[in-house]
Order: sequence, then structure tokens, then C-alpha cells
Amino acid sequence: MAHDHDHEHAESSELTDIELRVRALESLLTQKGYVDAAALDALVQYHEEKIGPRNGAQVIAKAWTDPTYKEWLLSEPTAAIASVGFEGRQGEDMVVLENTDEVHNMVVCTLCSCYPWPVLGLPPVWYKSAPYRSRAVSEPRSVLSEFGTELDDSIEVRVWDSTAELRYLVLPLRPEGTDDWTEEQLAEIVTRNSMIGTEVVVAP
Amino acid sequence: MNGAHDMGGAHGFGPVVQEENEPIFHGEWEKLALALNLAGPGTWNIDMSRFARENTPPSNYLSRSYYEMWAEGLETLIVEHDLVTVDELEAARRGETFEPVAEPRLTSDRVESAMRRGGSTRVDEAVAPLFEAGQRVRARVDAPATHTRCPQYVRGRVGVIDRDHGVFVYPDTNALGEGPKPQHVYAVRFEAEELWGPRSQGGAVYVDLWDDYLEAV
Repeated sequence: MAHDHDHEHAESSELTDIELRVRALESLLTQKGYVDAAALDALVQYHEEKIGPRNGAQVIAKAWTDPTYKEWLLSEPTAAIASVGFEGRQGEDMVVLENTDEVHNMVVCTLCSCYPWPVLGLPPVWYKSAPYRSRAVSEPRSVLSEFGTELDDSIEVRVWDSTAELRYLVLPLRPEGTDDWTEEQLAEIVTRNSMIGTEVVVAP
Repeated sequence: MNGAHDMGGAHGFGPVVQEENEPIFHGEWEKLALALNLAGPGTWNIDMSRFARENTPPSNYLSRSYYEMWAEGLETLIVEHDLVTVDELEAARRGETFEPVAEPRLTSDRVESAMRRGGSTRVDEAVAPLFEAGQRVRARVDAPATHTRCPQYVRGRVGVIDRDHGVFVYPDTNALGEGPKPQHVYAVRFEAEELWGPRSQGGAVYVDLWDDYLEAV
């Protein structure tokens, strides 16, 4: 029974249907010479080690502490982000959305799961899930509540649906009481979800 | 296409559930599904791969995980583009082996530079914009059975051009191999009430739309 598998039994020699299919794809494409087997390992390593939300947090902390950089980040986001070392696939054309006391931004991709890989890494499962993709645009405040984010009614919620090849990064509000923090300390408290816009940054 | 992938505004999926301490990949096969897609022979474009993933019965689309869809989409693409046959896919699952017929496009030494370069679909061409910031526009009512990036929840609705993102490849033709048809993409602001009526939770939704999806109001 292909679908009667148990994810807990990773040591089992029984391959699930999808594992079998993906391994078959790997054998077929590498043996025929369409895909380089070593490139597969390098690709996995790149996505595990070179990209992720720590990159984005560095960008946000820099924008919080350097007004000139922040201005550049908002006007030429792709170049400003590349200057810190993050660029490329699924971040080729970036847009940065600044949260203010009046406006809270939140990003979704209702049609698939577009996400700014260089600065946030690969998307979490919830971002790709039907509940988020269906409801972020129609009931954003309910979705925000599920993330523990309650915004004052006076704040306008703007939801950005990534239907084209622009990739969005939210510049969250810098929390109060962090005036004397260093850029490194600030980067530590910037969460992935705050850069998607489902949460705000709080100082511990 | 009006498929199950076009989820904006749908009901019944329940709350958003976060996984605690979520790993980057759930198992080796997810790593492979991602890497095989990225290392692939590149005879198709991003819109063709999106169409291959979404062009499936809704019951299939909704019961598959993201990486399952990526794997299945890749199977579709390599068969459609005549790299392998359905028989060969089945033979591979039985453990049969194959002779080389091609050279890999992406070798391991070039992975990092290729990922850092990416593949922008921005087009460096002087195409005149049909609309400008501040202008009121309506998303055209249309229902192509093929790939489109104009979600159903904005079709027929009126919004305001927030900004012009510049000139990009047009997905509807690109997905069909009918050329890039470069044109402007705009962030269009739709008031939540325009989209959802009196039950809206306020605020606005910004959707990136191409010239061909829009008409002046």
C-alpha cells in the first residue's frame, strides 16, 4: 500500500511512493546525463547553508542603524541587498515594504509560493499551505491573530500578493527600547515571520 | 487556468498551522526534489514549470505537498519536452539503467555562481507603459484555461496603480512557448472592501499585474 506509510519509521527499508518516484527521477536524469549528480549535492548544500532568514535579519538590522542604507534599501532594494552579499535566484527583483505606525505590510503568494529566497531561504510549510494562501488576502487580521499578532484598528493592513516576479521583504518596525543596541544585537531579534509580515519584532 | 492553485479568498482550509522547529527539508527526497528541479536541463521556462504543477485535477493538487508537486511537475516537463518517455520513467522506478545521451547543463563547480546570478524575467526593452501610477484600472474579466498570473479574486475589480515595476516577460504566452511578449507590470492596490464587500477586514491588497490583464476605467 503505497500511501499507507509511516513517516516515523525513517530507518525502514520500505520506500514510500514519493521517495521511489524521486529516486527514479534522479537515476533517470543523472544516468542519461541531463543532471550532474555532484551538482545535486552542491545545490542542497547551497540552500541549506547560504540562504536563510539570518541573511534578511542582517539587512533589516543594517537598515535600522544606518539611515543612508535604509533609504537605498527602499529605493534600490535589489542592489542594496546585494551589497550585503545576498542575491540571485528568487530574489532577482526585490521590493522592500516599510512598516510604520500607520501601515503594516504582509506578504503572500496566493497562486503558488513565491518567496524571497536569498534573504529568507526556502519558505516554511505554512507559507505554502492552503490556509495561508487562501486567507491572507481575504481575512488578514484573522491570520495575524493566529500568529499572535494583534494590531490596533487604526493601523492599515496591506497584503502583497506576489503574483509576478517581484519578491517582497518587509522592513519591520524597530522595537522601542533598542536605541543603544548594536547592529548585531538587533539582527538577533529579527524573526523570519516579521520579515514576511505575519509578526512584529519584539525586544526580549 | 481556474485551478485549485488559485486560492485567494477560498474558504474551508482551516487555521494556519506553524510547525515548531521546522527543518529546511523533511527527508532526503525533498532535497532531491528541489535539487533536481534546479539542476534540470533548462529547456523550459519558469511559467512552463508553474503550469506543469498547477495543471492537474484539483483533488490531486490539494492532496500533494509542495515538493510532491515539484517532483510530479518535473516528471510532466521531461516527458513533454521529449527528454524521456513515460515508459522510461516507469522503467527507472523498476531499477533499470540508462545510457548517457546528454551533457549536464549545470555542473557542481558552477552551482553557487548560477544561484547567485539567478534568472530575472525583467526585460531590458523600451516598451511604453499603458498605465501610470495613480490611475484607476479594472482587472479584465477573462478565464483562460492555460497559465495566467491574474488571480480570480481580482478579475472584474477596480483598483489603483500604486507603482510601475518595469517591463517583464508575460507569463500567459511564455508558458505556452509563444514568446515573452514583454510589457509593464504594476502593483495594483485594491481596497479590501472592493474585493470582499462588507465582510472585509479593511485595508488593501496589492497585486502585481501585467498590462494585458488591465483596462482603463
